[in-house]
Amino acid sequence: MSTRDLRAAFAAAAADGRAALVPYLVCGHPDADTTVHLVLEAAAAGADVIELGVPFSDPLADGETIRNATRVALDAGMSVAGCLDVVRRVRAAGATLPIVLMGYVNPLARYGVERFCADAAAAGVDGLIVPDMPLEESGELLAAAGSVELGVTFLVTPVTGGARIAQLAAASTGFLYCVATTGTTGARADVASSTVELLDRVRNLAGDTPFAVGFGVSTPEHVAELAPHADGVIVGSALVALVERDAASLAGRIGELVAATAVVGVR
Amino acid sequence: MTDHLDTFRLDAAPMPDAHGRFGDYGGSWIPEVLVPVAGRIVEGWSAARTDPAFLQEFVGMCRSFVGRPTPLQVAPRLTAHAGGAQLLLKREDLAHTGAHKINNALGQVLLARRLGVKRVIAETGAGQHGVATATACALLDMPCVVYMGSHDIERQHPNVLRMELLGAEVRPVDEGQRTLTDAVSAAIRDWVADPDGTYYLLGSAVGMHPFPTMVRDLQSVIGHEARAQSLELLGGELPSVVVACVGGGSNAIGTFMPFAGDGAVELRGAEAAGDGIDTPRHSASVAAGSIGVLHGARTMLIQDDDGQVLPTHSISAGLDYPGVGPEHAQLAATGRATYTGVTDDEAMAALQLTCRLEGIIPAVESAHAISLALDIAAGRPASDTVLVTVSGRGDKDLATIMQYRAAHGVTSMNFADAGDDHHPAPGAPHVYA
Ligand SMILES: Cc1ncc(COP(=O)(O)O)c(C=O)c1O
Repeated sequence: MSTRDLRAAFAAAAADGRAALVPYLVCGHPDADTTVHLVLEAAAAGADVIELGVPFSDPLADGETIRNATRVALDAGMSVAGCLDVVRRVRAAGATLPIVLMGYVNPLARYGVERFCADAAAAGVDGLIVPDMPLEESGELLAAAGSVELGVTFLVTPVTGGARIAQLAAASTGFLYCVATTGTTGARADVASSTVELLDRVRNLAGDTPFAVGFGVSTPEHVAELAPHADGVIVGSALVALVERDAASLAGRIGELVAATAVVGVR
Repeated sequence: MTDHLDTFRLDAAPMPDAHGRFGDYGGSWIPEVLVPVAGRIVEGWSAARTDPAFLQEFVGMCRSFVGRPTPLQVAPRLTAHAGGAQLLLKREDLAHTGAHKINNALGQVLLARRLGVKRVIAETGAGQHGVATATACALLDMPCVVYMGSHDIERQHPNVLRMELLGAEVRPVDEGQRTLTDAVSAAIRDWVADPDGTYYLLGSAVGMHPFPTMVRDLQSVIGHEARAQSLELLGGELPSVVVACVGGGSNAIGTFMPFAGDGAVELRGAEAAGDGIDTPRHSASVAAGSIGVLHGARTMLIQDDDGQVLPTHSISAGLDYPGVGPEHAQLAATGRATYTGVTDDEAMAALQLTCRLEGIIPAVESAHAISLALDIAAGRPASDTVLVTVSGRGDKDLATIMQYRAAHGVTSMNFADAGDDHHPAPGAPHVYA
């Protein structure tokens, strides 16, 4: 498990004429056993990469849905070590798809950045997203992750300038995360036209770093609209809300989302 | 005669390094969406703090609108009560809107205007920063939204009404503990949605670079005046100890910094110990926290072993915050300043004493500083002087005070007896003729 597998997953989807589908779930929502089960189901339903949120008490970049799910997970006892344990169990059950952990910096720093990277890699994690760690603060993480071949993902947004997009793409050893709109995570009704503009800009600046789009992407229609413009599509809050409402239908929904990733024609 | 404001400078203390770090603390741990706007504020503040025209406008408003300089006065009866060193009060409670928060709010609204931003948002705990921001926005014609935890809305209700009167929209925050930290998070989420059109006016010396620096620079007007006034009042001497309460740490850093180069002057911060530092119910981040990252800064933080931020408690909404300004973390690490917990009970006793002995109703936050100052003064000779910043007035706290009295079964207006457990009895000799 490594950066290489992560990049290979995007390449494989592209070779398939698709964007990669990256479902996001809050690890431990509503409990650890359910997360293990849902990740296995997502893999079976065709998810290319899975992103697991490491719960944090003060998730600044998240909207209400993920904040609430995070609270549930923490109340049920989820922790950084608990997330690594979930990954270990998923691997033990045979899942091979790349797993990316998204976690705010404080719990990771408290665990110890170097120790965290080592334990995460050993547990079967392929990449990390730390949404409150800008490039300027990332030296320690990049070194620690690099030494165990964990891919680090930086984020770009609609207000990120061109030079910085190129810089962040080059620094991303995993994939590059394109934040579709300003604002927090959360399901939205439509895809903003500025999102497509951002993605087309990123396409010219990202070099060979694969990039995925997320924040607000909710439905198969959104996925179909964005898939031609990105290497991957991340669906988060809409799935977290579904887990809340009707976890049994998650796999079916992921299947529909995967079906929507087909890119018609050539880029 | 000078009023000391003519020698005030916003760039008296150095900027931290390019990453906004004070030693191991500070920095800018923010989502990428905020990186451009934080950069613009860093640039904007770097330019404004050295711009004579900006300084002149700020100082002019301090004089004409805030009523600065605020007095530095001897507290004769509190001094006698402590029975040791002489106590001096720096009267930020007399600043317009009733607390030091106006110094920062005015300065930052001036900056927002300079940056061409059209909308201001803020968080507030005690409501004083919200009132100050609403006031500055009314004066400078900016729309203003204030996030406030719904628990704080209950305990600081007069300030909610004041904000609304001043034309601000108060948005209740119903998450977490429904206090200051949740209000900061809600404000940051608002900012993230419109970083180009919104100015986030952070109310304390916390958060991402450059807020800890900018808030310090603006609040340093407190310490600058206090230092000059001390020299006058004490015949060329400086106080032996300078004391302030520490929530996020803005009145404290503003009081301390102008004395930081005076090696003989002790700097003492009063943190909220709530029910006691050895209980889970306090908000003493420096005294009882550990290193962590919250709201964009690496600092001392009340958290568990998993790095989850823990619930805090203080009777004062303004001190009820799990983190602290990064420069305080640095001052503590280097030993230049010392931070001590003051419990709810100790603060309420000091509050009552200050009312009865000096005719001043201090804010519950400020009462924490007064309590610590009384303790320090009691242990020192009459030749020493302890300067304490009274960060605000207590009118906003009447509901809290009444609740506290009810909870402690106090029926008369006088609950000063509690104070006599913590401080020497009155009757010690006056040190002033
Ligand atoms: C009167 C008063 N003092 C102190 C504080 C604490 O803030 P800081 O530590 O930033 O001075 C507040 C905050 O609301 C306040 O209203």
